[in-house]
Amino acid sequence: MENVIYMDHAATTPADPRVVEAMLPWFTEQFGNPATLYTCGGEAETAVEEARARVAQHLNAEPEEIYFTSGGTESDNWAVKGVADAHQKKGRHIIISPIEHHAVLEPAEWLEKRGYEVTRLPVDHTGLVDPEDVRRALRPDTILISVMHANNEVGTIEPIAEMGAIAREAGVIFHTDAVQSVGKLPVDVKALKVDLLSASGHKIYGPKGVGIMYMGRRIRVTPLMHGGSQERNRRAGTSNVPGIVGFAKALDIAMEEMAAEAKRELAMRDRLWAGLQERIPDIWLNGHPTKRLPGALNFRVEGIEGEAMILCLDMNRVNVSSGSACTTGSLDPSHVLLAMGIPAELAHGSLRVTLGRDNTEGDVDYFLQNFPDIVARLRLMSPVYDK
Amino acid sequence: MQYTEAVMEHFRNPRNMGTIEDPDGLGEVGNPTCGDMMRITIKVKDDRLEDVKFQTLGCGAAVATSSMVTEMAKGKTLEEGMQISNKSVAGQLGGLPPNKMHCSNLAADGLHAAIEDYRRRHPETATG
Repeated sequence: MENVIYMDHAATTPADPRVVEAMLPWFTEQFGNPATLYTCGGEAETAVEEARARVAQHLNAEPEEIYFTSGGTESDNWAVKGVADAHQKKGRHIIISPIEHHAVLEPAEWLEKRGYEVTRLPVDHTGLVDPEDVRRALRPDTILISVMHANNEVGTIEPIAEMGAIAREAGVIFHTDAVQSVGKLPVDVKALKVDLLSASGHKIYGPKGVGIMYMGRRIRVTPLMHGGSQERNRRAGTSNVPGIVGFAKALDIAMEEMAAEAKRELAMRDRLWAGLQERIPDIWLNGHPTKRLPGALNFRVEGIEGEAMILCLDMNRVNVSSGSACTTGSLDPSHVLLAMGIPAELAHGSLRVTLGRDNTEGDVDYFLQNFPDIVARLRLMSPVYDK
Repeated sequence: MQYTEAVMEHFRNPRNMGTIEDPDGLGEVGNPTCGDMMRITIKVKDDRLEDVKFQTLGCGAAVATSSMVTEMAKGKTLEEGMQISNKSVAGQLGGLPPNKMHCSNLAADGLHAAIEDYRRRHPETATG
């Protein structure tokens, strides 16, 4: 995507060339199936296990606690449905946040139709869950708590360790969707006190179609995928060797560059937000001022609609996303913004900018030069803005 | 989601954007809670839509259909204006993606609301 200023890294990221290079041999010269008995199968198996060990090390877990899946969505589905199935004799009550990704929300809704009860915790206006609300929601029949580490729309970072402590004390399994936080923030499964954790390759400059589930050694979860003995008999399917190698390489790079990159992105996004506020009246931050992913900036613009802003930015070669209904594909705007108490008409006028490795100060300057005129033009067209 | 070139052209260069001072008819449809709102103002002379202007809050489809409906309506009789449908507006734009058809619903409705507003103010012009 030459000549495009890509600022939608929460949606997906370009694979790092070093990742692609690491993956390539496993498609062709070393294409073997790790489950086979001959040499090139064995080589592939070794590559998978090496990748597993490195991923485990990065997350402070044991290799046998890392499972490779097809991505964050599968891992989230596995966690929610797998725990619900395995522990239904104990109870059928699940606690989630209302701002989870659909890959957690929809399995929960699916379970509701099958007689499970789901408590959706409140969030404050910045998107934070209060750990005390988790404690208050716990019941003797609670079998799962699922709260994401960092939200994909507004970037809010949740107090996972505190919630993990409460879950542990109550003996309830705690899952966190860490798809947006792995590789951007330190993620230590022991420090976070989580039992299950999801992550995804294509959010960390790795390949699409691969992710992981961290599953604590003693945690029982019904498999989602039956049909083979791969992944310790817990997740059937021929190993996606190139994807797995790519995931581990992407995580290696992300961990190595994390501190410097976080600092760089934070500085750029703060300059961007300060610059926008100087140039454009009636815009507000959606999210937490500080407990937020370093590259994330979600804001609402009074009087205009999100998709129209996206189209205008696209005409100027800038790619971002929005929480408007026209972009969610439903008639409601972002469920995250609504849960945070943002009125629908302002949620429709929200924009999500997520910076990444390929963004430069020049990109920030360009945005600041072009976006105010876009807003002015759309506000002129708007029947509801006449300041 | 792919818009036709016609839609993008109307989005980039909307026709008849603005508000008529002292309009003969005003139609407002949609609401900001839905993320979609249009205001159409008209000037009527000898039973014809002498001027039509729009203001829109909404996505690419909303803007393009508003612009297109004003283009289709200008110069037509009031009755012809009432015959313009959401479907014909979308058709003139070469079609809209299926999930965007609801965004287009407001354009013709807005025009009709403006014409009906005019007729309410001038009951002598109402047909049957």
